[in-house]
Amino acid sequence: MHDPLIIGGHKFKSRFILGSGKFSLELISAAIEHAEAEMITVALRRANPGGKENILDYIPKHVTLLPNTSGARTAEEAVRIARLSRELGCGDFIKLEVIRDSKYLLPDNYETAKATEILAKEGFIVMPYMYPDLYAARDMVNAGAAAVMPLGAPIGSNRGLLTKEFIQILVDEIDLPIIVDAGIGRPSQACEAMELGVDAIMANTAIATSGDVALMAKAFKHAIEAGRAAYLAGLGRVLESGAEASSPLTGFLEE
Amino acid sequence: MNRKETGVLDYSDGMEIIRSEIMEKVLTAMNQYDYRLYTERDVEKALRKEKLTIDDYGAILSPAAGKYLEHMARKAQAQTRKYFGNSVSLFTPLYIANFCENECTYCGFKATNRIQRAVLSLDEAEKELKAIAATGLEEILLLTGESRFKSDVEYIGEVVKLAAKHFSTVGIEIYPVNTDEYAYLHECGADFVAVYQETYNIQKYEQVHLWGSKRSFPYRFHAQERALLGGMRGVSFGALLGLDDFRKDAFAAGLHAYYIQKKYPHAEINFSVPRLRPYINNREKNPSGHVGERELLQVMLAYRLFMPFAGITISTRERAKFRDHVIGLAATKISAGVRVTVGGYFDEQKGDHQFEIADRRTVAEIHDMIISRGLQPVYTDYIRV
Repeated sequence: MHDPLIIGGHKFKSRFILGSGKFSLELISAAIEHAEAEMITVALRRANPGGKENILDYIPKHVTLLPNTSGARTAEEAVRIARLSRELGCGDFIKLEVIRDSKYLLPDNYETAKATEILAKEGFIVMPYMYPDLYAARDMVNAGAAAVMPLGAPIGSNRGLLTKEFIQILVDEIDLPIIVDAGIGRPSQACEAMELGVDAIMANTAIATSGDVALMAKAFKHAIEAGRAAYLAGLGRVLESGAEASSPLTGFLEE
Repeated sequence: MNRKETGVLDYSDGMEIIRSEIMEKVLTAMNQYDYRLYTERDVEKALRKEKLTIDDYGAILSPAAGKYLEHMARKAQAQTRKYFGNSVSLFTPLYIANFCENECTYCGFKATNRIQRAVLSLDEAEKELKAIAATGLEEILLLTGESRFKSDVEYIGEVVKLAAKHFSTVGIEIYPVNTDEYAYLHECGADFVAVYQETYNIQKYEQVHLWGSKRSFPYRFHAQERALLGGMRGVSFGALLGLDDFRKDAFAAGLHAYYIQKKYPHAEINFSVPRLRPYINNREKNPSGHVGERELLQVMLAYRLFMPFAGITISTRERAKFRDHVIGLAATKISAGVRVTVGGYFDEQKGDHQFEIADRRTVAEIHDMIISRGLQPVYTDYIRV
């Protein structure tokens, strides 16, 4: 089945974007391989070119780098980190994160939209991490985002799709790829999100902190594929009790 | 210098006074905190929760929680993994001066101690910094004794500038300064500030800080807030456990950090857990001041469970085995290849040390240990923009 994910004109077969921040570096390549992921996020603040444990050294060359601006507290800081990322040769993709709360790590949609506009004008392929708010998502679209990345639950919480209804609204209303980022704790949750019509899933903690990184990466891959297939097939009818009246209420109509 | 020339609640000339309600909140809560009142049921209730209230925090710091240490450790490990994944950050301290103008009864650097004193020249400081950078470290903590006279802000600023050339992350652990001075040091390249209150019990604070500018309790207390107002990115908290009632001090340090984070949500919060070593028969004679490894771990786990997003640093004052086991469990930051003399990385030490090191392992050895525990050494986790 040919069903590519297209972000900023780039095509991807895989709909699984792997995070890297919580991994032991030596396990990253195994996770990528078993996940069959084609895109991986990297916190630029962890890049240590020429130094020890440089995360960039652990990413296989065939994978697209999605550098993130973690650590940025304002649009201005995020913009500077993005530019630095480009200077370091990390490409034009940027996962925009602007967070001003050390406790919950929730994204600041307003600052994120501002940074999206600046970076999109500079030719970046901007993928903003955001709270799933319809107005803010429209702002991201108008600002030139290439995709939007709403959170399913607070980052690292593994709680799943707590924002399901709001993500559904984005799926219905926003004409950009919707990638659920943060909160997905288990493959079944990834599958559920894909069934809704979400375009891709990003996960990190759930895989990095599982007992068997490679196996969990594989489990996510299958779950995401299953969810996508279900979405494309169209979910079957679910009978609700009492909903099927034996004598139809509209049976009196002659035609 | 006259002994006890100023009151413990007074500010000396030049000390900035900021409007803040945090000190009163912390001290009121600490004064009301009676850890003897908590029962095992309170501890169990707290441990069933995902988010702990201040009262729950009080429960897990209480003696009643002593028998739940394993349970606390399991929960703390899960929280540490959730917020930090496998990451453990590495850094090292560099003492650039050890002159001190304070008389603190418990401290090796106190003004009247006849130890070898020194201030590194800028040239010496740079050599030391380069020697440290050559080990691969990217984060440095610059320390001084508390002497504005011998190690003034301008001098510290110059060393910070040199450090920022060689390291991605520069922290300072110096005497408390005013907001504009923190802003200046931030401009020079420092982003993280550590100030430890030693004890939050004002009476005890007065007894052990005989003279010198450190005698002003409120000026020290508000240091983190001034640092953040000056643009610093993160601040570190801690009490010298065992100086007074360690449970009350740990309770207060936790609340101090809690209220600062609430007021400055962007601030990165960190804890350190220095302790006075127990002496023989200490547990019986002085139970509230006895901080053995069990008690120390309880405090670390309590910090983790109360503020799961906060960093916790484990110093070389603790033995290797203890350090190896608390990373990933509660601690997120570990020092390596440490010298606590003035200088000593590149050249012979210039001045005496403040305390004894229990873990002398090199950066490479600590690195290997972290890997062997299934964790990930992180050298840089910060971009200065």
